[in-house]
Parts: sequence; C-alpha cells; structure tokens
Amino acid sequence: MDPMVRFQDVHKSFGAVEVLKGITLDVPRGDVVVLVGRSGSGKSTALRCINGLETVNGGELHVCGEKLHDGKTDLRKLRQEVGIVFQSYNLFPHLTVEQNVTLAPRKVMKVGAKEAKELAAHVLAQVGLSEKAQSYPEQLSGGQQQRVAIARSLAMKPKLMLFDEVTSALDPELTGEVLRVIERLAQDGMTMVLVTHEMGFARGVADQIVFMHHGKVWERGGAEMLRAPQTPELQQFVATDL
Amino acid sequence: MLGLTVDQLLFLVRGAGWTLVLSLLGFVGGTILGLPVALARSSKLKALRMISSAYVQLIQGVPLPVIMFVVYFGLSIGGFEVPALVAAGLAMTAYSSAYLGEIWKGCIQAVPKTQWEAAECLALTGPQRFVHVILPQALKIAVPPTVGFLVQIVKNTSYSVVIGFFDLTYSAKVLNNSTYKPFLVFSVAAALYFVICYPLSLLAGRFERKLKRV
Ligand SMILES: Nc1ncnc2c1ncn2[C@@H]1O[C@H](COP(=O)(O)OP(=O)(O)O)[C@@H](O)[C@H]1O
Ligand SMILES: [Mg+2]
Repeated sequence: MDPMVRFQDVHKSFGAVEVLKGITLDVPRGDVVVLVGRSGSGKSTALRCINGLETVNGGELHVCGEKLHDGKTDLRKLRQEVGIVFQSYNLFPHLTVEQNVTLAPRKVMKVGAKEAKELAAHVLAQVGLSEKAQSYPEQLSGGQQQRVAIARSLAMKPKLMLFDEVTSALDPELTGEVLRVIERLAQDGMTMVLVTHEMGFARGVADQIVFMHHGKVWERGGAEMLRAPQTPELQQFVATDL
Repeated sequence: MLGLTVDQLLFLVRGAGWTLVLSLLGFVGGTILGLPVALARSSKLKALRMISSAYVQLIQGVPLPVIMFVVYFGLSIGGFEVPALVAAGLAMTAYSSAYLGEIWKGCIQAVPKTQWEAAECLALTGPQRFVHVILPQALKIAVPPTVGFLVQIVKNTSYSVVIGFFDLTYSAKVLNNSTYKPFLVFSVAAALYFVICYPLSLLAGRFERKLKRV
C-alpha cells in the first residue's frame, strides 16, 4: 500500500533562502513519525507542506494519494483528510467549545445540527472534555484548550494528523494531559507526523524518529536512535536537549 | 420656560429631529458603502486596494462643508434639483463611508492571522472563513470605534447648515435671529446635541456586552 505521505527530494525556499534542501521521507499508514531538531531546522515548514499551507518548490510530495507538487491539488479536499494542531491552539474565541468543534463539520461536510452535536460529544469525550462543551476557550486552561483544538481536528475524521510542538506553550504540569491524548490516538492507529521537544514522549510514541538539521533529514531510525546517535550533530542535539 | 416659549423650544426640537434623520441617513449610507470599502481595502487584489484607498484619501482630504457644497451644487448643475436633505444625506454618506471603511479595515486586520489559518486548515472556504471566524471577531472590535464615530456623525451633520438644511444648528441660528438670545439659544442646542450623543455611548456598552457572548 502507498504510504500516507511521501516526500521525494522536496525543496522549499522562502525568497532566496532555501529552508528544505531535499527531504526524502515516507510516512506509512498507521505510523507515527516524530520530527526532532533544532529551532530553524525546517520541521514546521515540512509539516506545513503536508497540508498545503506551504507549496513546495521542487521534488515530489504525495499526501493521501494527492500530488501536492503539481500545484493543482484541491486543498480543501486535502484538509478534510489532514488535520493540524499548532503550538498556539488557535481556537475561535467567539465560539463555545462545542461550536468550535462543529463549525467545520457543519459548514464543510454539511452535517446536520443533531448529528454535529453527537459528533462533538464523541470527540470531546475522546479528549476528556465532555463537561466543557458549553464553555468558551478563555474559560479553559492551556492544556484544555489544546485538547479542544485536537478534538476540533478529529471532528473532520482525518486520515492523518499533524502536530507542531503542541505542548511547547504549556506549563510543564499541563503537557501530560495533552500527550496522553496523542498517545491514545496513536494506539487507535491514527497516522501522525509530529514535531516535539519532549524526547521521552517521542521515544515512547514514535515508529520512526527523524532528526532534521539545516533543512535536511540528517538521521533517522527507531526509538533507539536517540540513544546511539551516528552523527556528531545528533549527538550534540541529544546531549543538549535531553 | 428657560426664557424661551414652548413654541420656540419645539422649534429647536424639530431641528434636532432633522439632525437625527440626517445622522441616520449618514450612518446607514455610510455602512452600506463603508463595508465594501473596508473589504476592498483589505483585499488581495491590488487594483481594489488602490481604488478604495484613493477614494478614502479623496474624501478624507476634503473638509465636510466643501463636500456638502460639491454634492449640492454638483447635483443641481447636473440638472437634479434635490432637497437639501438628499444632498446632505449623500455628502454624509460619502464622508462616513470613508471613515467607517478605514475603521473597519483596521478591525478586520486586528483579528490575528492565525485565525484565518486555523479556519483554512479546517477546509472552510474563503467566504466561510470570513463570515464565521473573522467577521464576528472584527465586529466585536469594531463596536467602540464605530459608536465613537456615530457621535462624530451626529455632530458633523451641523455642517449641513452651509447648504441650508434645517437641522438643529440651523434652527438655532434662525431662532437666535428672532430672539437675540444667542447664549441661551445655543446652550439649549448644545444640550440637545448632548442628549442625542450620550445615549449612543450607553448603547455602545450594551452592544459590546451582548456581542461578547455571541
Ligand atoms: N513564512 C516564512 N518566510 C520566511 N522565512 C521563513 C518562513 N517560515 C519559516 N521561515 C524560515 O525557515 C527556517 C525554518 O523554519 P521552521 O520550519 O519554522 O523551523 P523549525 O520549525 O524547525 O523551528 C527558519 O530559518 C525560518 O526563519
Ligand atoms: Mg517550528
């Protein structure tokens, strides 16, 4: 079976600055791929290419059977299949938790009011926030807001989830509740690409760890890779980041 | 009463009524024209941005009484003999659309870009992103400056005296010509302007609280 995501020598530049310098990477269906690396190494850019927020300048990028490199992809269709969660939650502050979750299903998938409510109840239960359906984002803690953001993505029934440092803005005591939600998704077989600085979490959840450096896949391997780095760059990264 | 007869007071109140009518015209017209101006000002298309920007610059670069004259005499030279109310209404529309457009453009841009992005990532169409995500937040931001500007509209309708429109200022001028009590007459006019403007501010607070929970 085709992988969910296939990068083949993908290049991406912002103006004259090349940020991705030939990324080659497969994300098999059902797998969890964790991107690690220093700030500025191109992790977010790689992630944003996957759901078409950035367009690639060279190479081939296949996502859910679509060719993103040919520039003709129906991005709205792609985004119904690929969910993304950001560091800064980005919930809609004027809507309740339930409305946040049901907006896209109602407007995009034309789900009816009753069905949308059931859908919201289902995904909010998944992230452990059933009792917060009628709250507004500002009434929630950061960890709760981030779980709502995950629920909002799940409500679109995506085939692939992207997470970009989703715990980086949280107080340490709130990261656990968010990471547990992601772990449970992994156990349920969701295909995921995630960027994180939580190395312990990465080792536990990853089928594949990818160390990015200067816009390249520098080293990759299983969870054990972080214990036995092959390159001096990863050695140094592990030494300073663990 | 107040050294003025009831009839004289009612004369001022009638003027105040026409001030209200003209203000309403200016606000409604300014909203109808100002919304597209705000959208054009924040458009992705350069041509739209340039045209709307030129319009705003033009209106903001000309004093309101001169706009009144230009509209009034322009219409009559064009062969349209319109009542002063219509000319003043059009002038107020042009004036408030430029300012409201600019205010609302700022409100749309004040909504963080990440909100557009979040909506985009949920597969909402461009118009859906604007209507369901950006607009409600922009509206909330827009309430205080818009109501603040409503007060400007009410006060600036007084420039319609230059084309002889019978508003509160005009009626005060007429009454003063017959009573020779300028301080008294204009103080009453001032009080009437205040009576119109103050509730607008109160209303603003109400709207704001309501929008907070929509
Ligand atoms: N929209 C953009 N415009 C210009 N440069 C950008 C943009 N986004 C990212 N970059 C640059 O690309 C490089 C990689 O950024 P990013 O993918 O965010 O790295 P990471 O997520 O690994 O920290 C950085 O040098 C960053 O400054
Ligand atoms: Mg990043």
